[in-house]
Amino acid sequence: MSEAAETAPGARGSAARLGLMALPVAFFAVFFAYPVAAIVARGLHVDGTWRFGRLAEVLAQPDIRHVLWFTTWQALASTALTLLVALPGAYVFARLDFPGKDVLRAVVTVPFVLPTVVVGTAFLALVGRGGLLDDLWGLRLDTTVWAILLAHVFFNYAVVVRTVGGLWAQLDPRQEEAARMLGASRLAAWRRVTLPALGPAVAAAALMVFLFTFTSFGVVQILGGPTFSTLEVEIYRQTSEIFDLSTAAVLTLLQFAAVGAILVLHAWTVRRRESALRLVDASLTARRPRGAAQRALLGAVLVTVAVLLVLPLAVLVQRSLDAPRFAYYRALTRDDGGTFLVAPIEAIGNSLRYAAVATVIAVLIGSLAAAALARRDAGRLVRAFDALLMLPLGVSAVTVGFGFLITLDRPPLDLRGSWILVPLAQALVGAPFVVRTMLPVLRAVDERLREAAAVLGASPWRVWREVDLPIVRRALLVAAGFAFAVSLGEFGATVFIARPDNPTLPVAVARLLGRPGDLNYGQAMALSTILMVVCAVALLVLERLRTDRTGEF
Amino acid sequence: MLKLEEATVRFAGRAALDRVGLEVAEREIVCVLGPSGSGKSTLLRTVAGLQPLDGGRVFLEGRDLEGTPVHRRGVGLMFQDHQLFPQRDVGGNVAFGLRMHGAARGEQEARVAELLDLVGLPGAARRAVASLSGGEQQRVALARALAPGPRLLMLDEPLGQLDRSLRERLVVELRELFGRLGTTVLAVTHDQGEAFALADRVVVMRDGRIAQSGSPLEVWQRPADEFVARFLGFGNVVAATVTGQAADTPWGKLPVPEGSPQGPGTLLVRPAGVRLVDASDGLRCTVAARTFRGTHVAVHLRPEQAPGLEAACPLRTAPEPGDEVGVVFDAAEVVVLGGSSGV
Repeated sequence: MSEAAETAPGARGSAARLGLMALPVAFFAVFFAYPVAAIVARGLHVDGTWRFGRLAEVLAQPDIRHVLWFTTWQALASTALTLLVALPGAYVFARLDFPGKDVLRAVVTVPFVLPTVVVGTAFLALVGRGGLLDDLWGLRLDTTVWAILLAHVFFNYAVVVRTVGGLWAQLDPRQEEAARMLGASRLAAWRRVTLPALGPAVAAAALMVFLFTFTSFGVVQILGGPTFSTLEVEIYRQTSEIFDLSTAAVLTLLQFAAVGAILVLHAWTVRRRESALRLVDASLTARRPRGAAQRALLGAVLVTVAVLLVLPLAVLVQRSLDAPRFAYYRALTRDDGGTFLVAPIEAIGNSLRYAAVATVIAVLIGSLAAAALARRDAGRLVRAFDALLMLPLGVSAVTVGFGFLITLDRPPLDLRGSWILVPLAQALVGAPFVVRTMLPVLRAVDERLREAAAVLGASPWRVWREVDLPIVRRALLVAAGFAFAVSLGEFGATVFIARPDNPTLPVAVARLLGRPGDLNYGQAMALSTILMVVCAVALLVLERLRTDRTGEF
Repeated sequence: MLKLEEATVRFAGRAALDRVGLEVAEREIVCVLGPSGSGKSTLLRTVAGLQPLDGGRVFLEGRDLEGTPVHRRGVGLMFQDHQLFPQRDVGGNVAFGLRMHGAARGEQEARVAELLDLVGLPGAARRAVASLSGGEQQRVALARALAPGPRLLMLDEPLGQLDRSLRERLVVELRELFGRLGTTVLAVTHDQGEAFALADRVVVMRDGRIAQSGSPLEVWQRPADEFVARFLGFGNVVAATVTGQAADTPWGKLPVPEGSPQGPGTLLVRPAGVRLVDASDGLRCTVAARTFRGTHVAVHLRPEQAPGLEAACPLRTAPEPGDEVGVVFDAAEVVVLGGSSGV
């Protein structure tokens, strides 16, 4: 047999993979790598020379060092606090069966898809000036770091419950029973059998939380005041207020490096998690709570959810209604001619339109990438691409947004003033969610099912349509929902590129909050409530579709 | 009908198929038998086009299949664990191949009903796949594979996951069915009982090569070498030197049939040829254990200073463990094997 024939199947595989990857790679190159690179270059490449000395100079500034330190420790503290609060929740969701569990599962997921701006606003309404605690006891936390930490826990509770709880529910309880039979105490059995199995999932969840809190923007922007600033907020300040591009470039690089390191670690733990574990159907492992300890734990988790997750949102809604005859909502429909050139209510239409387009782009790009990554012949290069796809989650959205402004304003890609800029930026953030949702499902499609279809006469295209599509259709909808919610809430990049006459909901909320007066405050609350309802509805629709809870989000 | 020439497949340098030559005639049922890892499944996947060849050729009805994609080969493959499409009902599964070949809806329905009758599941078309028992799934998988009328039907461990009684019944049904339909069948299995009951011809594989090929009776009566003999479950295999009609073995001088190959070789004594006599006669052995085999008892014997022996005894006359017995050998049940011995 000829040599060509020996290499043919491999070559065919790579050709298919390249075909699938071409569009995502091009998309990320043009709309992510290029703008980010351009902005870094603009900051560091001055008068024809590279000035890497700026790195040291910027790092030597005490206030920058302070920002770095704060960014790191608040992220660590947020992560620790989230794990502490959410791990019992993960256990309860995984192993206990109680009435209303499905509803509660949806409730704890709502915060994760809420725009950061809404989260910030909700906590402002709870712990800020004139907030609920202020009214009741004169207690204000918005000047302390606690508001930020609590908002981060609020936001990331679902990450831990879903990632850890999802796996925990599928761990075969008989493993622990086997250990008990061999003489291990209940605690020893848990420590020796369950904990090691959960370890990688806990690590992956912790890294995800760390990533989200390390790059936190909207929450800190609203709750941090002048005192607290994360890297991302500082990048925003340096670019849009001080116009110090070189400092912003250095900070972007720093954040890039940190995020890269976190993602490499994350990819590693995820691979560990995929290692051979005995998994069983999640619906078989949950039991009714037995004994005082389990009931107390369930009660504690319910109280935590009520106080930490439900209360802020309830207060937000209450504040938005805190004027006679829906005054704040009605005010939204008036063109105030101030910050906005249009009535704030129009932001809803804008947001929905942008998010719809962004969802289409994200789903297209994300599923192509996932299809390429799911191929069993995927090699090292493809896995690196996997990690690369996650970068937009962590790399400064502010940088991306500003990068869009300075790079996509001249031929060959002159999109200046084009409405498509906003959905493009949002799709960048949405696509990683699509990949992460689709990938486990695509990988789970048994290759032999495809083979069975091929042997029965189905061409490769029909195999995809007849075997893959019916299985992934649900995941595709879930992915689209996530992308939609994420796009709807995107703030960091959108704040740069949304035009004043076409604000999105989060941008409008932030602008309203930035202006004095009860009416503006009330309108911000009202808009946030609307945004929350839209996101929550999107999520609840998803929850109905979603049967498999093994995804990473 | 089907012909493989020097078919070779390598996985990471190791040959899963090593220059395999095999022919299957029209309407013949050939069963490839071998332990796991012997390359049987690779053989089927190669013919189906799911596994590309690293060397050699595959011909179907005289046409070289090289370059013909899986879906145009016109062969059927029944997978080891059935691989029914979970999101389709029974009828949808059976009709799948017909749809792929562009059959009209009415024709599909008629054919599905006909096939479900054939496999003994009449009226099951609307049932969900998940509600089927293992045996029913197996029947649906068979109906699905048969539906497009493949030129060659391949079965990968067709009865592997079913319980024993069901397996024994189905194997008879399958043979009858294939005979009636005139299907050409290439099956692989690790279960010798299944292979012998199903096949017109048995092909024993070892490490990617064909160790023996012949009718079930031939293979059973004259295993080609020690590997085949041991794989068929024969334990009484020793090195021997044959001179005339006697062989020198660790068990002493044994009679061998007329015309046996002369000189050093390997020798098999079927358990039926190990006859128990009074302890004072023949080879002196201790009974180590007994295993009931339904129609007879397998008696495990421990001779003094020689490899263990297995004898088949009628249920009533089987000795107790610990008994001292004598052993004589029946030349009709002794086979001198070809190939080298590892003993």
